[in-house]
Amino acid sequence: MADTAKPKGGSARASGSRRRSRKDTNGLGNETPETLLDYYRQMLFIRRFEERTGQAYTQARIGGYCHLNLGEEATVVGLMTALQERDYLFTNYRDHGYAIGKGMDPKRVMAELYGRVDGVSKGWGGSMHMYDTETRMLGGYGIVGGQLPLATGAALAVTYRGGDEVVMCQMGDGTTNIGAWHESLNIAKLWNLPIVFVVINNFTGMGTTVEMSSAEPDLYKRGSAYRIEGERVDGRDVLAVRDTASRLIERAREEQTPFILEAWSYRKKGHSVVDPAKYRTDEQRELASADENDPVLTFGDQLAKAGILTDELREEIAASVKAEVAEAADFAENSAKPDPSTLFDYTYATPVPNESRRMPADPVFAE
Amino acid sequence: MSVITYRQALRDTLRAEMVRDENVLVIGEEIGVFEGSYKITEGLLKEFGPRRVKDTPIAEEGFVGAAIGAAMLGLRPVVELMTINFSLIAIDQIINHAAKIYGMFGGQTSVPLVIRTPGGGGQQLGATHSQNIELFYSFIPGLKVMAPSTPAEASSMLRAAIRDDDPVLFLENLGLYNSKGEVPDDYAEPKNDNVATIGRAAVTREGSDITLIGYSRMAMVAGQVAEKLADEGISVEVVDLRSLRPLDRQTFVDSVKKTGAAVICEDDWLTYGIGAEIAASIQEGAFDYLDAPVRRVAMAEVPMPYAKPLETAALPSVESITTAIKETLSAVGKRVG
Repeated sequence: MADTAKPKGGSARASGSRRRSRKDTNGLGNETPETLLDYYRQMLFIRRFEERTGQAYTQARIGGYCHLNLGEEATVVGLMTALQERDYLFTNYRDHGYAIGKGMDPKRVMAELYGRVDGVSKGWGGSMHMYDTETRMLGGYGIVGGQLPLATGAALAVTYRGGDEVVMCQMGDGTTNIGAWHESLNIAKLWNLPIVFVVINNFTGMGTTVEMSSAEPDLYKRGSAYRIEGERVDGRDVLAVRDTASRLIERAREEQTPFILEAWSYRKKGHSVVDPAKYRTDEQRELASADENDPVLTFGDQLAKAGILTDELREEIAASVKAEVAEAADFAENSAKPDPSTLFDYTYATPVPNESRRMPADPVFAE
Repeated sequence: MSVITYRQALRDTLRAEMVRDENVLVIGEEIGVFEGSYKITEGLLKEFGPRRVKDTPIAEEGFVGAAIGAAMLGLRPVVELMTINFSLIAIDQIINHAAKIYGMFGGQTSVPLVIRTPGGGGQQLGATHSQNIELFYSFIPGLKVMAPSTPAEASSMLRAAIRDDDPVLFLENLGLYNSKGEVPDDYAEPKNDNVATIGRAAVTREGSDITLIGYSRMAMVAGQVAEKLADEGISVEVVDLRSLRPLDRQTFVDSVKKTGAAVICEDDWLTYGIGAEIAASIQEGAFDYLDAPVRRVAMAEVPMPYAKPLETAALPSVESITTAIKETLSAVGKRVG
């Protein structure tokens, strides 16, 4: 089957398996307007940041592969607000929003996209490799599944030292079919590691649907062979994501054991900026562009209906977000390009004799 | 000085480093309860407990990757891969992650990881268990690859590998585990600071007629060849590469400049092998000094057979290296016995 609004078989642990009810009261729980507006602003910020990124990419200011979080904003903000500052994060290559959400300066994230010295990875990583020791976002990773064993090992280091941090390991739906997934789940459970594996289910790994690639398409159930509990949440609902993620994160911390969280939402655009997504059926295309599946729009409307987001405030937030994104782009544009003389600065952490510093046409033995 | 095996040098040094630094832990298959397929980790579980001696499931990608992740947070894991052949299952984690994390993120996080693993044919282990694929790792910037050939080197180089902040592929050899050699009396002391320099080759025997270059088990065999040929009046200079990345080209090129001829012996396949890199470096660094083409003695290019006569025929030996040396010296016009 093509995209379905709600993945099949999502009945177990129903807490996060449905859209948060918006009939009773306003569906916003007991949140303060400040918190709700903060989430809205963060979501809108990611939306505009990613749109600007796409634009800069088409203007050839950004190179390489470039994957955007468009449509995933509620999931990103929900997950990142559920994490404590001391918790660690590993993600896949669709990482810009997560980097910002975990606390990296958007200016430096944009500078990384531009390949400049002020980038979070000093221009060495690019779109897929945001990294910052300070905020404990330990990497976007470009190889599907590559981050899973690493995150598992980070959780091992936490327990080795008796720490109380939790590791969150984000990935896409397609990743649940790779060997590293199974090996990491098994090890995480065997070794009682405090880690939450978060599967972002946007129903397609590039162009291959979950049903085409996963014999068990209910992805949150895929830890059952390792006795790992899983839950599914509507990834379009920032509060549902935050609440479910918080619960699993705190349980992982408390019980010292891994969990799986599946968050589903629609990828608004193609797999990457250059992908026109021609493989999508009409139905899939409609779902991906439907207003009701746009988390920024629906959350804004919800807040408006509740009287929290006035038209005036909406414009004000939009303007301030626009200005901040523009500031990030300006910062990136004006940041210096790395000097070729720094080419050999980061091959090794411990310098040793006979490291090669040969440029392509240099002889092996310099005079 | 005392005389011990290569195996004991590794075991005692590993133990000493675990005593010295709480962050050092060992991770691998069958290393705890079973005490290691080759008993390098014998006694460690009893002494240090399961927190620091972690038996793993058969999941090389998973546990090598986990060791990398733990190293990113500052632990200093020493992973044992039962043989280098099994590293193929973990190769994405080694090449795409361990080797990249320091550079790819702009030098923010180092990966102080050691992967110990033996290569080595000659044990009748057949095609999938007899390969010497250290080349794959020696090819990769960001990794360091060390290959000790004696117990003393095994000790000082393992210490260096553990204390280094970069990922090190530490190549052992099944054929060396029982070999014996002298080590300093305090080699097993946690306070010992006898740390080898990564990236340095060594002239292990001086000679004047020809340079013989090898590493790991072949460095030991090279020594035997030199000893034998000395009786025939041929003076062989032996260079032990010791470090495959970084590669110390100057040491062997200087030797070739002195002798005017070179033979390389390697336990891997010849085509595209490590010897090819050595030969290319010699032609570039000592072109005017060469009196004969550089020769390579390497494994026959077949999947390693099980049957002993076939396996023996496929492997470089004292005899085959001797032949290559004599033929090279004949080409030079030197008298050979």
